[in-house]
Amino acid sequence: MLLRHTTEKEIDRKALTINPAKTCQPVGAMYAALGIHGCLPHSHGSQGCCSYHRTALTRHYKEPVMAATSSFTEGSSVFGGQANLLQAIGTIFSVYDPEIIAVHSTCLSETIGDDLKQIVAKANADGKVPEGKHVIEAATPSYVGSHVTGYHNMLESIVKYFAIKTDEAKRQINLLAGWVEPSDMRELKRITKMMGIKTVLAPDTSDVLDAPMTGKFEMYPKGGTTIPELVSMGDSMKTVAIGQFGTKGAAVALDNSCKVPFDLLDLPIGVKATDRFIMSLSKAGAVSVPEEIDMERGRLMDMITDMHQYFYGKRVALFGDPDQLIPMVEFLLDLDMVPAYVVSGTPGKAFEKRLKEVLGDKIDQVKYKNGANADMFQLHQWIKQEGVDLLIGNTYGKYISLDEKIPFLRMGFPIVDRVGHSYFPTLGYMGGIRILEKMLDLIMQYQDENSPEEAVELVM
Amino acid sequence: MVKKKDYSAGLPDPTPLIEDIISKYPSKIAKKRKKGMVANDPEVDQEVQANVRTIPGIITQRGCTYAGCKGVVLGPTRDIINLVHGPIGCSFYAWLTRRNQTRPAEGEDNFITYSFSTDMQDENIVFGGEVKLKEAIREAHALFNPKAIGIFSTCPVGLIGDDVHSVSRDMQAELGINIFGFSCEGYRGVSQSAGHHIANNGVFKNVVGLNDRPRESKFQMNLLGEYNIGGDAFELEALFEEIGIELISTFSGNSTIKSMEYSHTVDLNIVMCHRSINYIAEMMEEKYGIPWIKANFIGADATAKTLRKVGEFFDDADLTAKIEEVIARESAKVQVVMDAIKPKTEGKLAMMFVGGSRAHHYQELFKELGMTTVSAGYEFAHRDDYEGRKVIPNIKIDADTRNIEDLTIEKTDNPELWRDDLVTKKAALEEKGYAFSDYEGMMPEMAKNSLVIDDVSHHETEKLIEFYKPDIFCAGIKEKYVVQKSGIPLKQLHSYDYGGPYTAFGGAINFFKEMERMLVTDVWKMVDSPWKSEPEIVGSMTINA
Ligand code: SF4
Ligand code: SF4
Repeated sequence: MLLRHTTEKEIDRKALTINPAKTCQPVGAMYAALGIHGCLPHSHGSQGCCSYHRTALTRHYKEPVMAATSSFTEGSSVFGGQANLLQAIGTIFSVYDPEIIAVHSTCLSETIGDDLKQIVAKANADGKVPEGKHVIEAATPSYVGSHVTGYHNMLESIVKYFAIKTDEAKRQINLLAGWVEPSDMRELKRITKMMGIKTVLAPDTSDVLDAPMTGKFEMYPKGGTTIPELVSMGDSMKTVAIGQFGTKGAAVALDNSCKVPFDLLDLPIGVKATDRFIMSLSKAGAVSVPEEIDMERGRLMDMITDMHQYFYGKRVALFGDPDQLIPMVEFLLDLDMVPAYVVSGTPGKAFEKRLKEVLGDKIDQVKYKNGANADMFQLHQWIKQEGVDLLIGNTYGKYISLDEKIPFLRMGFPIVDRVGHSYFPTLGYMGGIRILEKMLDLIMQYQDENSPEEAVELVM
Repeated sequence: MVKKKDYSAGLPDPTPLIEDIISKYPSKIAKKRKKGMVANDPEVDQEVQANVRTIPGIITQRGCTYAGCKGVVLGPTRDIINLVHGPIGCSFYAWLTRRNQTRPAEGEDNFITYSFSTDMQDENIVFGGEVKLKEAIREAHALFNPKAIGIFSTCPVGLIGDDVHSVSRDMQAELGINIFGFSCEGYRGVSQSAGHHIANNGVFKNVVGLNDRPRESKFQMNLLGEYNIGGDAFELEALFEEIGIELISTFSGNSTIKSMEYSHTVDLNIVMCHRSINYIAEMMEEKYGIPWIKANFIGADATAKTLRKVGEFFDDADLTAKIEEVIARESAKVQVVMDAIKPKTEGKLAMMFVGGSRAHHYQELFKELGMTTVSAGYEFAHRDDYEGRKVIPNIKIDADTRNIEDLTIEKTDNPELWRDDLVTKKAALEEKGYAFSDYEGMMPEMAKNSLVIDDVSHHETEKLIEFYKPDIFCAGIKEKYVVQKSGIPLKQLHSYDYGGPYTAFGGAINFFKEMERMLVTDVWKMVDSPWKSEPEIVGSMTINA
């Protein structure tokens, strides 16, 4: 057994987290910043955090992940990290020449009380930021929230820094994306293009973290939201923000400072969440939904109705991030599956609130928990108490799945033992088809392997 | 695709390359970085600056002290609960990510697949985290009943005044199991290296010597600095078992805390990764009189050399005969593979920038394939790992190093444990020219004009690739796709790209085959699209009827 010490007997734990269902803020800040063109993320803290975050993202995307660090030592930890950050800003602009440095804090710099705003202002005042270049900052203390919070905070900072309202309103909408894959970003752009809506997508990690092999390394790849695009967001007609845990701050900021109103939606995963997304886009852009999208939806519905028998009644355990879990739970319910256990290490009352709305009267069938005390160890204990037919989550779920012999669908962050997530989207109707395909593969494979010989089916 | 260089007549002087590299740096940085780059001359003593702070803003390979302590040294031991005291990330990233394989027997403890954290929240940062830490220890004890718990401090811990050592003492008294803390906050040193030292100190103080054991077998030794990544230690365990040497404890691949507790009852310590574990070797000698020698099991020749040296130490005819028998048999197998692959790899160029010993050890394997290492360096080594232990007395102790406790070790007063016999034996062997405590470092074994770079940066990596156009680059995961995007295959020497083992004879065969895969394939040649080399076609879709 891989997790040989996990038993079904729970004790009331208040202090010990075992096998977390989240990680820390800066990795999210780093990911969001990589979705801005010409931007180098910078970790203000000790080297280790930066090294770990780059490593985690690299393993997930199998792509270069560039970021710099303030390389704190004992001295900086006692006297503050201002000198380190000032030096870092100077060094980065002269050696690595980005358009933007996106600084995020770490638990270390937060604990000692470094004020990023003040240090960045000083860097500007001291002439360390070349003409036309930018340094933005976001506070991302890891003892608050999770990696999703870090993504949220950095996205908010980016938008706040760049977006400007001018007198000239633009016929375009802002699309703020929660933490999704480069493939999903690409899919979002395909959808809005199909609808004929001019959109600024932020952040946009497509063509950054799914870059082609060309024989030439590009420190700042082709993709990413550009500065002019970010600036123009202040003049857009509307913001559509998908995934509130990742995007709410940025959406609110655009409303507050530029008076761009917003729709705050779930990530478009599955039928209903995608329906809401498409309708919101159609209203925001004042366009009708094109035939092609209707056809895509029809294909997804066709697959659902054709294969319904394989979904019906199956019990599923899910862990991961709220923005994915909420629409996924809704999708499972629509398939007549049972989202038996739902766990997220990311805190926030909004999770429970939204989950309750989505679950409606099915709430009794579901055990859920989020926040600092929610972890994969407990999820595993629940599974031991009463089993499930499918497990959905990041790579760490593999250990539970192998021990309990449960089919396992990889979704979320990090996925470090399979590829595909950066190329094939799970958003939109086409993404829904991919989720179903993967789920059916697992469920049918399980049936094949566990049927008595005489009952093995050729046609399924 | 990149054009390869021909260095069959010797390597070019890399001085112009060094100048080119540093020309991009602001002058203060240029001056500092230059001291970390040396055009190697194996005949002369040259100084390379190492184990100094990385310049803020420079994109470095390095990690932190915690990574060296928890991740490297303590992580591989399966039955200690490694409880990370801090916010969640540090524990999350060190969870199962280093490939330390372990083989517990049925019913034995194995916590390697688990991540334990106090997951500090802001109220713990403001009001202190000791209460939560104590409670977490109680909960871990109640759930798992472990033999031992190690507490690892991450960045905020020291700053908010949490004392993991006093908590450990209190909880040890309360629960009656071995509990010990490490002040391995990420910023304690300039790299992982500080964490190795802190881990060595902690293990020596709190674990080594806790248990005795009758010395029953004829030849008993510890293997230090072998972390069983990809099964490396398994390979060595099998080798020693066949030869008839009892491996008492490995620090720390596939190990248990018990084996470490009686690790002071051996006759010899052999040291693989000098950087990460030499402290324990030294302390065991000071306290118990057990000598140590440097070992290298990367490469067939290196393995044979190390085995013979071990044989010479034990000086037993049967053992020597067995060693020779195994070397002869295994070398023949390696030779067959080498003969098949070497013609395809001969003359190719390699570079390696990794860790604190592998950038040296792996040069052996490339040598056996007829390849040249044009440039190499460590991520977190010290000058002795480059220049040899002879420079230790001359190494300047700077403020960062002074931070880390250097234990003063007293000779044990237990006459049963102090090994006068070994002290005498060592003296006699030294008389005959046998070298103990003998790491000579990387530079004497590298070619003239090869470029040695400590703590290589991203900018330097790009320049090196441009200049040498190597056939293969060895580094870690952060460098992997950067280098590969330039059209050059990268072999990870931390994680082995999820392959291995690469130790001893079987490992050499694995590595040769891996190099054949990486160096002989045509996949890199397909990168350019065929139409790129065709004249542009300006056409029209209309059909001229
Ligand atoms: S939890 Fe804090 S100290 Fe640990 S890796 Fe994350 S930012 Fe760094
Ligand atoms: S072998 Fe390398 S990676 Fe392993 S501990 Fe030593 S220096 Fe580090």
